[in-house]
Amino acid sequence: MANIVELHQIRKSYGEGTPVATEVLHGLDLAIAEGEFAALTGPSGSGKSTLLNIIGLLERASSGELRIDGQDTAQLNDAALTALRGRTIGFIFQFHHLLPAFTALENVMMPAIIDSGWATAKAQDQALRLLDQVGLKDALHKRPAQLSGGMQQRVAIARALSLSPRLILADEPTGNLDTHSANDIFELLESVNHTQQSACLIVTHDPRLAARCQRQIQIVDGQLLP
Amino acid sequence: MPRLPFALMVSLRYLREGRMQTLLILAGVTGGVAVIIFLTTLISQLQASIIDKTLGSQAHIVLKAPKAANRTTLPPSQTAAIVQPRAQVLRAIDQWAAVAQLARQTAGVLAASPMLSGAGFAVRGDASLPVAMMGVEPQAYQRIVQMDKYLKAGRFDPTGTNAVIGTELAKDLGVTVGDKIRLVTMEGRSDTFTVAGVFDIGNRDLNRRWVFTSISVAQTLLDLPGGVTQIDLRVTNLFEAQGIAQTLQRRTGLNVESWMQTNAQLLSALNSQSMSNNLIRSFVTLIVAVGIASVLVVSVVQKQKEIGILRAMGASPRRIMAVFLLQGGFYGLVGSALGAALSLGLLQFFSKITRNADGSVLVSPDLDTSVVIGACVLALVVGLLAAALPARRAARLDPVQAIRV
Repeated sequence: MANIVELHQIRKSYGEGTPVATEVLHGLDLAIAEGEFAALTGPSGSGKSTLLNIIGLLERASSGELRIDGQDTAQLNDAALTALRGRTIGFIFQFHHLLPAFTALENVMMPAIIDSGWATAKAQDQALRLLDQVGLKDALHKRPAQLSGGMQQRVAIARALSLSPRLILADEPTGNLDTHSANDIFELLESVNHTQQSACLIVTHDPRLAARCQRQIQIVDGQLLP
Repeated sequence: MPRLPFALMVSLRYLREGRMQTLLILAGVTGGVAVIIFLTTLISQLQASIIDKTLGSQAHIVLKAPKAANRTTLPPSQTAAIVQPRAQVLRAIDQWAAVAQLARQTAGVLAASPMLSGAGFAVRGDASLPVAMMGVEPQAYQRIVQMDKYLKAGRFDPTGTNAVIGTELAKDLGVTVGDKIRLVTMEGRSDTFTVAGVFDIGNRDLNRRWVFTSISVAQTLLDLPGGVTQIDLRVTNLFEAQGIAQTLQRRTGLNVESWMQTNAQLLSALNSQSMSNNLIRSFVTLIVAVGIASVLVVSVVQKQKEIGILRAMGASPRRIMAVFLLQGGFYGLVGSALGAALSLGLLQFFSKITRNADGSVLVSPDLDTSVVIGACVLALVVGLLAAALPARRAARLDPVQAIRV
């Protein structure tokens, strides 16, 4: 199966050219196949979030090659990166990062609105379907502040699925939830992976959840363990 | 959910979210635009009214014969004699018909009218009052000063042995239309006239002194056969009068004066009024711009995280910029519409409570469309410009940094 993500010798340093320059990722090689369900684990400060941001095209690596869906991202300008990110990648953050000014429905529609430039009926239908899928069809017009932590994370998942992304990046999606809700969310991600064949890379601290993934990628001090 | 473009949808939502901020800044823009429109309208109406009142009864440019001057063989510095200035007698303009023709053909001149004026007395019975006799061609003169507008009785028909006099003189002599008066000059020449009309030009002194007769009668009475003492001109654009006067001065060698010289104080008053209006407008515009910019700067800081999320979801910097520019545009556009309405209200209120001395309307409650459009365009441009800096800042936010906040 083709790889949706390929990393070759990815390095990331902060404060380059200054006396306090620090390298946080030391030449990583990694490939994630289409439809793969992988956990990224490691202690705090090991570089998990930085790696996720680089794969998610939110940050550029200092050196090395990153291919998303076969495209060499080093060749793309910021606008093209933004477009590729919008189309190919769905994000789920630890603190859900929903837009507080918009309802659950509007939050889920947002990626489609950004993609087409317009709030279309099609985007609305799709968002309704996704919210139904995550069990929130009764909370369509509620603002994030009116929802529980678990519900907020479900909205975030529905939003991440809005454009049927080929890759879902989740940064500790259950980190802020009780065990019961965390389990629900994880099951939801599994079912999305199963039904939509979207590759998932999930950062988690929870070994039990990591064990439920097809593959575990471990990162320690900016290096991947074999 | 309405089908709106992304940037419009997000900016409208942000405006709704920050309702209090939106209302306050809208109130500021509304007030600013209202002040600009109201002041500009008020001042331009007052200026037009002052100009109309002052210049309505006088020529814009007057051409007169050069003043008589002493001619000495030696320059004054080389002579010990004290030379008294010459007394000025009535002098006719040489070749006045040709001069009038030349003036009429000069660019910017609307009409020219010859006049012969001199001192005399209006006599009825035992009453004898000093007057200024003004011999005119009625039709030509009406194009300089619309005497019909000022008539209180009769017609403006100073032809044959008709005379048209002011209300004060009529009162002082106890005459009305159809009555006879005698005009006597200093040299003792006199003639009897029928009062054909009585005017009120808005100035008591002129109403008491001006007596219009026909040119030919005035020529006989003032002993200036075939001559006129001045040519009155009306110009298309009032504020070009000085330039036209200078041109005519060079071309004719006559003594040419524009209203701007004879009413220098009025002109300087008008200029200072315009200057203070411009100053107020500039400050109001600046304050409105600073208000909009500060609200949006705060909004960008408050929404930093959301901007990061939108960027992470694929919104381009340009679209993020549009979100904030649209908010600035909204403040400008809506504020100016409300401001125009408010200024209309203010004008209507003002026109009700203020009146001229004669009871006529001092301020008309009509808005000049070009002023309204100008103020709205100004507010829109100021809104967009004020939003430009915060919008650029929002567009440049690094999504990762913004989300981490």
